[in-house]
Amino acid sequence: MAETTNGALLDVRDLAVEFDSRGGAPARALRGIDLSIARGEIRGLVGESGSGKTVTSTCVMGLLPTPPARITAGEVLFKGRNLLALSAEERRRVRGREIAMVFQEPSRYLNPAFRIGTQITEMLELHLGMRKAEAFTRATELARLVGLGGERKVLASYPHELSGGMKQRAMIAMAICCNPSLLIADEPTTALDVTLQLQILRLILRLRESFGMGILFISHDLRLVRIVADSVSVIYAGKIIESAPREELFRSPLHPYTRLLLLSIPAARNRGARLRVIPGRVPDAQAVPAGCAFHPRCPLAEELCARVMPESREHGLGHAAGGHAIACHFVEKKWPD
Amino acid sequence: MRFLLFVLKRLGRLLLTVLLISTIVFFVIRVIPGDPALVIAGVDASKEDLAAIRAKLGTDRPIGAQYLSWLTAVARFDFGKSLSTGQPVTRMIFERFPLTLTLALLGLAISIVLAIPLGILSAVRRWSVWDYLGMVFSQVGMAVPSFWLGILLLLLFAVKIRLFPLFGSGSIRHLVLPAVSLGFARAAVLLRLTRASMVEELSREYIVTARAKGLTERMVKYRHALKNAMLPLVTMAGIQLGYMLGGAVIIEQVFSLPGLGRLFLTGVYQRDFSLIQGGIVFIALVFSLINFAVDILYSALNPKIRMG
Repeated sequence: MAETTNGALLDVRDLAVEFDSRGGAPARALRGIDLSIARGEIRGLVGESGSGKTVTSTCVMGLLPTPPARITAGEVLFKGRNLLALSAEERRRVRGREIAMVFQEPSRYLNPAFRIGTQITEMLELHLGMRKAEAFTRATELARLVGLGGERKVLASYPHELSGGMKQRAMIAMAICCNPSLLIADEPTTALDVTLQLQILRLILRLRESFGMGILFISHDLRLVRIVADSVSVIYAGKIIESAPREELFRSPLHPYTRLLLLSIPAARNRGARLRVIPGRVPDAQAVPAGCAFHPRCPLAEELCARVMPESREHGLGHAAGGHAIACHFVEKKWPD
Repeated sequence: MRFLLFVLKRLGRLLLTVLLISTIVFFVIRVIPGDPALVIAGVDASKEDLAAIRAKLGTDRPIGAQYLSWLTAVARFDFGKSLSTGQPVTRMIFERFPLTLTLALLGLAISIVLAIPLGILSAVRRWSVWDYLGMVFSQVGMAVPSFWLGILLLLLFAVKIRLFPLFGSGSIRHLVLPAVSLGFARAAVLLRLTRASMVEELSREYIVTARAKGLTERMVKYRHALKNAMLPLVTMAGIQLGYMLGGAVIIEQVFSLPGLGRLFLTGVYQRDFSLIQGGIVFIALVFSLINFAVDILYSALNPKIRMG
């Protein structure tokens, strides 16, 4: 393979993004993110709101508004090419064609004035040079594939005529229409109710099977990530603090933040028990604490944590799959009760 | 089916509006001091003459009966005969209306041509030269009264440079200057609205989607944003046309055009009650019809509100 980085589909290296704010200190939205996705892999990206999930995906898409945003360091390697070095026109050609995106609220992210069919076929015509009739046939297939049924009626309808779940299916059909190798799903089920969430997750899994695309699945909900992701990265205050294969992460989370996150998931068997919450809140990107950004909320924190930022290290327990990386000074430390 | 219901609903609203206006006009006219019989016969007329005229006009009958016959007359689109010329009011109106309508439509066309492209450009290239140009244009346009602009245009293009005729009517050339002075002020308003609408649509989430789809900036702006931005402008253009018809009344004076405005103004000067009554109801009807047409057009363009 001519590509570098052991064939990773996407390899984000040390990506740092700042937002200039009027008069104040720049907001450090990303403080050196490392994130990689292999071909056909589903990588979950978990974090609270404001932790930098969306900035990451926007940056990979090349849709970050600069200014006010500024990419201060790092690279975004896609199939070995640094996307950040491409021209605007080259990046546009990648978008939708090779890297596609599904958004959170389909009712706001679909254009209300165009029929569903048109919103799909315009991409096919633009990126793949299809003729109208050909594109329409393909759109019909796609509609069937994502569970919209193959009827003309669906393609001829406007977004407001469809239910929330159908809208999200339409959005997904749009995203996969050019057969991209990377799909970014930014909280794709947050706007839907629970039964629909599961249907959409299953659809995403099925599409991965049939198309083999890598997927960046962004969510604040660990339960959803547990269902779909092969591997999970946890982001906190613009930095990945733990990254591991799914089983590994859920079986033995090592970073205090991840552990607290897992403890805060309400479980049916703990019905009636008090829900654990993590005290404090995600720091403001304009005032990220020195040292480990999590130390003010961390039950394990010591003086060192406030001073020195922990580097991300492989936690070598001899896993063949490897790839359990944690950024914490006190991984081995006993958990207080 | 739903669409038909919608059309019927709007039609009902139109009829109700016209009924309401007719009623208000009828009573207001009767509250205003001044006896039409006195106007016709003159102050020195004998009591018998006045009584005869009143009987002929029907103003001696009880108010309820007068109101009823007024409504049936309106329904038949018959506003009686002019008190000053003796001609049927409806015929007088229809003789003058084409000129006023042409003037208003021309004014609308001019304001659209001036406003929409510049408004779109201002929104797409915010804070650029085009945007500032648009701002200056709309400030000036809103500040300058159209009759004053009309006089200015006459002085410049009809007196100094004899490009257009000074007065008279009959050709499209006679209508150019009046239409420009009429369209200019409305263009200023339309420009602001176009810009605002476009700016708003460009900030919507579906624009992010359009970019994420890898569409060209041209497609994102002039296809995805523009189609949505144009929807409210259809309504606005319709309302503008209504204003144009009203504004034409003054502009016709400036350019001595024999349109509706002149006709109604003369009617007011001469206390020609049937002409005034008919005129107001007619204008109200035209206004309502424009709104009706705009509603239908808007819902045809935007299927989302057909439910309404």
